[in-house]
Amino acid sequence: MTDFSEAFAAALGLVLGLDRSLVEIVALSLRVSLTAVAIAALIGLPVGAALALFRFRGRFFLVVTINALMGMPPVVVGLIVYLLLSRAGPFGVFGLLFTPSAMIIAQVLLVTPIIAALTRQVIEDLWIEYEEQLRSLGAGPGRAVPALLWDGRFTLITAILAGFGRASAEVGAVMIVGGNIDHVTRVMTTSIALEVSKGNLALALGLGIILLVLSAAINAGAYLIQHSTRRWHA
Amino acid sequence: MSTPQILPLELDGVYFEAGGNQLIKDISCRFESGRRTVIIGPNGAGKSLFLRLCHGLIQPSKGSVRWQQKAAAEHQAMVFQRPVMLRRSVAANIDYALKLRHIPRNERIATTKRVLEQTGLNRFSDHPARVLSIGEQQKLALARAWALAPQVLFLDEPTASLDPSATHGVEEIIQAIHDAGTRLIMTTHDLGQARRMADDVIFIHRGRILEAAPADKFFEAPENDLAQAFVRGELLWWHKGKDNRKRENPKQGEPE
Repeated sequence: MTDFSEAFAAALGLVLGLDRSLVEIVALSLRVSLTAVAIAALIGLPVGAALALFRFRGRFFLVVTINALMGMPPVVVGLIVYLLLSRAGPFGVFGLLFTPSAMIIAQVLLVTPIIAALTRQVIEDLWIEYEEQLRSLGAGPGRAVPALLWDGRFTLITAILAGFGRASAEVGAVMIVGGNIDHVTRVMTTSIALEVSKGNLALALGLGIILLVLSAAINAGAYLIQHSTRRWHA
Repeated sequence: MSTPQILPLELDGVYFEAGGNQLIKDISCRFESGRRTVIIGPNGAGKSLFLRLCHGLIQPSKGSVRWQQKAAAEHQAMVFQRPVMLRRSVAANIDYALKLRHIPRNERIATTKRVLEQTGLNRFSDHPARVLSIGEQQKLALARAWALAPQVLFLDEPTASLDPSATHGVEEIIQAIHDAGTRLIMTTHDLGQARRMADDVIFIHRGRILEAAPADKFFEAPENDLAQAFVRGELLWWHKGKDNRKRENPKQGEPE
C-alpha cells in the first residue's frame, strides 16, 4: 500500500509541478506513438480495404499473414528494425538508429498490421451490405474503397485506437531501436522499465499512472466521438 | 447530342445456376421502351434473380442478356427491396450516386435539390439517411435512382416491407419516374400492386416464365393454370412435386 500511496504522491508531485523531464518524456511518447499511428493508419486503412474488396491470387496468404503479424512480439520488430538501421544494415547510411524516427518506424511496423486486419474485417462487413447497391450505382471495388472507408469511419476509430493502444504500451521495440537515451529517446514505457530496474518503484508507478490516464483520455475522446455520431451509423 | 437508347433489352435462352441448382431456366424475352412491366410470382420463383440478371449484377450461366448499347449500365438504376443507405446525409446519398456518374458539382446540387422536392424529402435533406423510416428510405432510394435519369429502372419488390400509406407514396413516385420517360421493370408478389402498376405482366414460377401478357389480358384470363391459381390467390406451394413439373413442362411429362 505504501508503494501505491507513494506512487500517487510522486505522480501528483510530478504532474502538478510540471516536471520538465517528465513533460519531455510524455511529449516524446505522444509524438512517437501518435506519428506512428497516423502513418500506420495511412497505410493500413487503404490496404485493409483493398484486401476486403479485391480478389486476387495470394489474397488468402496475405490475409493470414497480416492477421498473424498482429501478434508479432515488439522485441522481434525492434530487432528487425535494429538490424535494418544499424551501421552495417541496408539503411544504416541514414543514421536513424537511436533516434525518435527509428522508434516511429518500429511502431509503424507493429501497428500497421493491426489497423489493416481490423479494417479488412470492418470493410468486408460493409461490402456485404453495400455491394449490390454500389455496383448498381456504378462503383466497382476500386471506386468503393474511399466510400466504404468514409462510411466505416466511426467503426474504424476502434481499429485506430487498438493501434494506438499497442504503440503507447509497447516497450520492447522502442527500447531496442531507441536505446532509452535521456532527453533523446526516453519515453514513458522505457522510463518505467528503467525506474523498475533501478528500484525506483514509486516513480515507475507514477509514470504508469500518467500513461494510463493519457490512454484512458484518448479512448474516452474517441468513444465520445463515436457516441455523439451514433445517428449517422444507425 | 441525344443520349443513345439502350432499349430494347433482349434475353435469349438465359439460365442461371448456383450451387448445382438451376434457379433461372431458359428465359427469353424482350423489353421495349415506354412500358411498365411487372414480374409476379411466388417467393423463391426467381423474380429477384431475373432482375439482377437484366441489370448485370449477376451473369447468366448460359444464354445472353443484350442491350442496344455497350455503355448500357450508365443508363439504368435499381431500387432494392431493402433500401441500402450510405452512412451520410440524405442529400449526400444522392450526391454520391451523381458523383459516380461524373456529374459536375453545380449540376449535382441542382439535381439533388430537384429530386428531393419531387419525392417530398427536402425537409430531411441534412438528416442522416439511416434514421429515416423505411418508407422514407425507400423514397430516398427512388430519389437517388431518379437523379440518375435512367432509361430503365429496375424495382425489386420496392414496397414489400411498407404499410399501405407508404406503399401509396412510393407508387406515386414510381409512376412519376415513369411519366418522366423511364421504362419500369418491377417485381412484386402483391397482386393489387401489379394490377395498379402494370402495362405488361410476366408470371415466373420456379425459374421459368410461364406466361407473359398485357396486364388486362393476364388478369382477365391467364392462360397458364398456375398463373390462374396465383391470380385466384391460391398458395402455389401446394402444387410442388411431380404434378407441378408436368404443368410447367407439359412436353416432358405425360399429356395432361
